[in-house]
Amino acid sequence: MKEQTKQLEEQHEIFPDEMFEIVGRKEDESEKINKPVLSNWQDGWLRLKQNKAAIVSLFVIFIIVFLSFVGPYFNEYSYDQTDYDNVYSEPSKEHWLGTDKFGRDQWTRLWEGTRISLYIAVLAAVLDIMIGITYGAISAWKGGRVDNIMQRIIEVLVGIPNLIIIILLIMWMSPGIMTIMLAMVITGWVNMARLVRGQVFKLKTQEYVLASRALGASTSRIILGHMLPNTFGIIIINLMFTIPSAIFTEAFLSFIGLGLQEPLASLGVLINDGYHAMRNQFYLLAYPAIVIVALMVSFNLLADGLRDAFDPRMRK
Amino acid sequence: MKKFILVRVVNILITLLIIATLTFFLMKTLPGSPFDEEKLADLTEEARMEFLARYGLDEPVHVQYFKYMANLAKGDLGLSYYYKEQPVSSIILERIGPSALIGFQAVVLGLSIGIILGMIAAFRHNTVWDYFTMIIAVLGVSIPNFVLAAFLQFYVGLKMGILPVAYWESYDHSILPTIALTVGVIAQIARFMRNEMLEVLQQDYIMTAQAKGLGDWVVMIRHAIRNALIPIVTILGPIVVSLMTGSLVIESIFSIPGIGSLFVDSIKMNDYTTIMGLTLFYSAFFILAILIVDILYGIIDPRIRVHGKG
Repeated sequence: MKEQTKQLEEQHEIFPDEMFEIVGRKEDESEKINKPVLSNWQDGWLRLKQNKAAIVSLFVIFIIVFLSFVGPYFNEYSYDQTDYDNVYSEPSKEHWLGTDKFGRDQWTRLWEGTRISLYIAVLAAVLDIMIGITYGAISAWKGGRVDNIMQRIIEVLVGIPNLIIIILLIMWMSPGIMTIMLAMVITGWVNMARLVRGQVFKLKTQEYVLASRALGASTSRIILGHMLPNTFGIIIINLMFTIPSAIFTEAFLSFIGLGLQEPLASLGVLINDGYHAMRNQFYLLAYPAIVIVALMVSFNLLADGLRDAFDPRMRK
Repeated sequence: MKKFILVRVVNILITLLIIATLTFFLMKTLPGSPFDEEKLADLTEEARMEFLARYGLDEPVHVQYFKYMANLAKGDLGLSYYYKEQPVSSIILERIGPSALIGFQAVVLGLSIGIILGMIAAFRHNTVWDYFTMIIAVLGVSIPNFVLAAFLQFYVGLKMGILPVAYWESYDHSILPTIALTVGVIAQIARFMRNEMLEVLQQDYIMTAQAKGLGDWVVMIRHAIRNALIPIVTILGPIVVSLMTGSLVIESIFSIPGIGSLFVDSIKMNDYTTIMGLTLFYSAFFILAILIVDILYGIIDPRIRVHGKG
């Protein structure tokens, strides 16, 4: 005890009272928020902007989408206009990317095909997500027996190889844009339903949901107004991963002959045609292949970037 | 554990029954027929009935269904419509060899290269090695396997002439298809392994090991790798699926007489019995693969021992 007092006295000599000054507590200042308030979206966008790969990908996707709408009007040919005098002509001033076996302009067909592929992929992904959200949200919200039954159904569906079901369905419905899309949706929503279910289950027990319910909010209001915005991150990330896999599936189906019918084009149809002519007309394979790879890489990188930016589990 | 497997096996049988029923009725309601309709119409009524009876097509649909199911239980998948009336099961057995070889090579190569790449990337995090691996991983995931196969065929097979372009005659013929299938697997595994490794390397026990003064490689090999390897088992299921679907198109491109190309051909030929047989075969294979993966996971990771409740 004595020693401590001695020590304190010594310290007091080194740091006399005059050296200190009373600052006081300024409550309003200490509570002040110096940085601008950011919503979750702005926050995510700031983080996404730092990811160069994701931004470049976003840019590439914009260019490809833009060209897929405008590209076909850059020259006077239409995608199904045949010209039997100019079959398999090399890329030239008249035909920028050459012509195919029917003398159709490859530039026009390439962008028509890209647009159809994107259309199928985006629509399929969006439908997947809508069904998935509904199913997952109901399953998690109801819980108990309903949830149990709905999850058993999903377990059986997961056990079936998707692609085989897609192939059978397309054989059954005869190929076309809508058919391919529907076949992909029928098997594709399961993943999303599982994700949303997990998320809603987690959110269900949060205080703000309880508060909202105590204030008399209806179930649909709680789910749509409070829970969905909090699952948007996961939903968008999943959407971005679903689109490239849908592009792949469509191309795959076209490649094994279950895709769109002539004269319609999609990236898969073009790659298939190009493959059969590649020995002498390699350019017919090369350009659609480049576009599909560029699209797939961009969507994958963007999805990665979005996941890093929005998924709280990814934050370091 | 036993109960868990039992429940799963029952589940599997139900799933297979549903798939068999669905495919059967899908096939029955398909437009078009595998037989030449005009020639059939030319036959006398008697000859036509006899012809249909050989395939069991003269009976009402529900009778056909139960017969098919009964035969299925015995492992009989019916006669192929296209391949000169051969039983589907023997066609599948005949052609499974090449598919199995390519699939096996792709899994082994993909796993080993992918794991090594992923480890290097994590261990040399944010260096050239890491970026190189990630570029390979993104490209590998993004390039559709049939595009890769076509390019390999064109550059390696046609332009350089090092390896055979197609067909199935010697071991060399399996190299290009294996590469075309493997790249995607390598990419998936490398990416997954890298993330797992990065996570494991942040754990406390790694710090403890380092604090003990163990060298980098000892920490890596003795402590990190084993724990990072466990989750790899979980993505084996999806990888088997992607190999299966990949084999459909890769075998067609390289004209390999495997079951993948058989499936594609039978779709083009409207060979319904073969399509059904292969659908069931693929489904059973897929479901079994997932079951094995789940059991393996329980054995490898002591934290996830399954207790019969399923």
